[in-house]
Amino acid sequence: MKILTGNDLRSGAVVWWNGSGWSLFVDDAVDVGADAEEIMAREVATRRVNVPYVIDASIDAAGHVRPAHIKDRVRALGPTVRRDLAVPTADKTGWDWVI
Amino acid sequence: MYQYDQYDQAMVDARVEEFRDQARRRLEGKLTEDQFKPLRLMNGLYLQLHAYMLRVAIPYGTLNARQMEMLADIADKYDRGYGHFTTRQNIQYNWIKLEDCADALADLATVEMHAIQTSGNCIRNISSDHFAGAAVDEVVDPRPYAELMRQWSSFHPEFTYLPRKFKIAVIASEKDRAAMRLHDIGVRIVKRDGEVGAQFYAGGGMGRTPMIAPLIRDFVPIDQLITYAEACLRVYNRYGRRDNKYKARIKILVHELGAAEYIRQVEEEFAHLLSVGVEPPRDELARIAAHFADPPFVSSEVETQSLSTVLGANGGQGSAFGQWVRRNTHAHKAPGYVSAVISLKPVGGIPGDATSEQMRLVARLARDYSFDELRVMHTQNLLLPHVRIADLPALWAALAEAGLASPNMDTIEDIIACPGLDYCSLANARSIPLAQRISERFAETGRTEVVGELKLKISGCINACGHHHAGHIGILGVDKKGVENYQLSLGGSEAEDVSLAKITGPGFDEDGVIDAVEKVTDVYLASRTEGERFLDTYRRIGMEPFKEALYG
Repeated sequence: MKILTGNDLRSGAVVWWNGSGWSLFVDDAVDVGADAEEIMAREVATRRVNVPYVIDASIDAAGHVRPAHIKDRVRALGPTVRRDLAVPTADKTGWDWVI
Repeated sequence: MYQYDQYDQAMVDARVEEFRDQARRRLEGKLTEDQFKPLRLMNGLYLQLHAYMLRVAIPYGTLNARQMEMLADIADKYDRGYGHFTTRQNIQYNWIKLEDCADALADLATVEMHAIQTSGNCIRNISSDHFAGAAVDEVVDPRPYAELMRQWSSFHPEFTYLPRKFKIAVIASEKDRAAMRLHDIGVRIVKRDGEVGAQFYAGGGMGRTPMIAPLIRDFVPIDQLITYAEACLRVYNRYGRRDNKYKARIKILVHELGAAEYIRQVEEEFAHLLSVGVEPPRDELARIAAHFADPPFVSSEVETQSLSTVLGANGGQGSAFGQWVRRNTHAHKAPGYVSAVISLKPVGGIPGDATSEQMRLVARLARDYSFDELRVMHTQNLLLPHVRIADLPALWAALAEAGLASPNMDTIEDIIACPGLDYCSLANARSIPLAQRISERFAETGRTEVVGELKLKISGCINACGHHHAGHIGILGVDKKGVENYQLSLGGSEAEDVSLAKITGPGFDEDGVIDAVEKVTDVYLASRTEGERFLDTYRRIGMEPFKEALYG
């Protein structure tokens, strides 16, 4: 699947396109498929999110979204060395798949 | 230390308000990111993996307690309660919000600090010897010259859009504690026949093409310091490549022209500039230098004590206090004083990180024990430059209680590590977890002290912010088909015996590189002769025995 991500303009926080807006949680990310370019162009114009870009991802058996590249997996949860600062997630196995 | 005059303060205050307006326009959607990015970078605001990152300049690493307290306040008020001290003596905050940034900069301005020129293709913060003004071996205090260069390079209209970023280090001793020859320009203040002058090196750097700066002039009279620096920059600005950012640093220009031709062009420009007259008035240097007068050191025998007396009364050399004194204190030019390193490298900790509470404690200790002065070291530690030997037991006790008394300066636990893939958008692999695990491995096995001086440096990408090229042992993280992989290198040094590390061979995974570091130290321990450091042994026996242990 293809998902859309970027950084929130005001806070810089990592955000994911959930189909109608931006979410802090990677599990909310939806497959943008062939609409990626159109959504990106629209969102760049609204200037809510810095440099949105499309990445590859997959969904595991439990329904959790997994970005394909390590950099985006780290972005999804936060610094691996400061898990106290991590993005809250319902995915109990979250840190198992980051690295 | 230097204090702003009305011009400094007015410039910084005006810049804050200018940025406030720029940020407002960006937040209101009146500027695109492409328009705003160069403006925020000029004010030290990056966008990293998880958030905006603000890099605050600490000129030549010198701070007073009030400034450190403000850094702590900013960590609490605008960030997440901590900051990260960097390999260029600055501090970075990892979680700054764009909407708060101008307020943070305004707060910084109240204590004569800013984030100007901590990014972009301009002359960055001038770095220096962290022992400046305290070291026994310095010719003079290099900081007045560093400050003069700071003033010259701040907002210099000709050097605002250089081909690439430009880093300058200024030292004043034979010993190099600032990686001077791995800077774009390295300046060593020297004395010849009683006359103070400057030795210039140009074209050094790390990054993807590491180079050691060649000497380009052995002596520049001190009243021509800025003129010569300007000549160096002018030639670079005129001929440095702008077509390829990977070939745009001055080191490439000096290498491609050849040092002799670069020198010829600089000398020609220097002669021209001398005729024009660009040097600041001599009075200005005197005005600046007055800010760096020695603090009132106590010299009476009653109030000073020798190290042996203090050690004897506090458990001796083998005590925890004694180990800290041996490792973390450094000889001082004033009798009865030492400089004391505050380690930001607890075993298993994140190199260079300090909480706001720790910053406030360090500020208080600077007031109580170091004439209100402290330093940021390029090794990502802090330093109290002027501590009375008699005060060491009380200082150590306060540091130990706060987890800041690790006795590990220049050991394998004193690891330089860039933020790596945990924070940095440029990184290919994580650096911090390696540093944590290596320090734990050596602490657990008790080998840190056995191995002795060993400088290990880790970078999470080829940009080399973790100085891996200059590590006795260097580790470079790379992306190998989406998986972290680590190249090991040996034999680097950023000191006066400067050298670039050589790669051992194929890379390792995370577990493998930690084992590899241990194997390398095994070879060293089995091969060393009396008094040899790791680097000395490597230079004597060469790479082969290490390769044999790693890959044989």
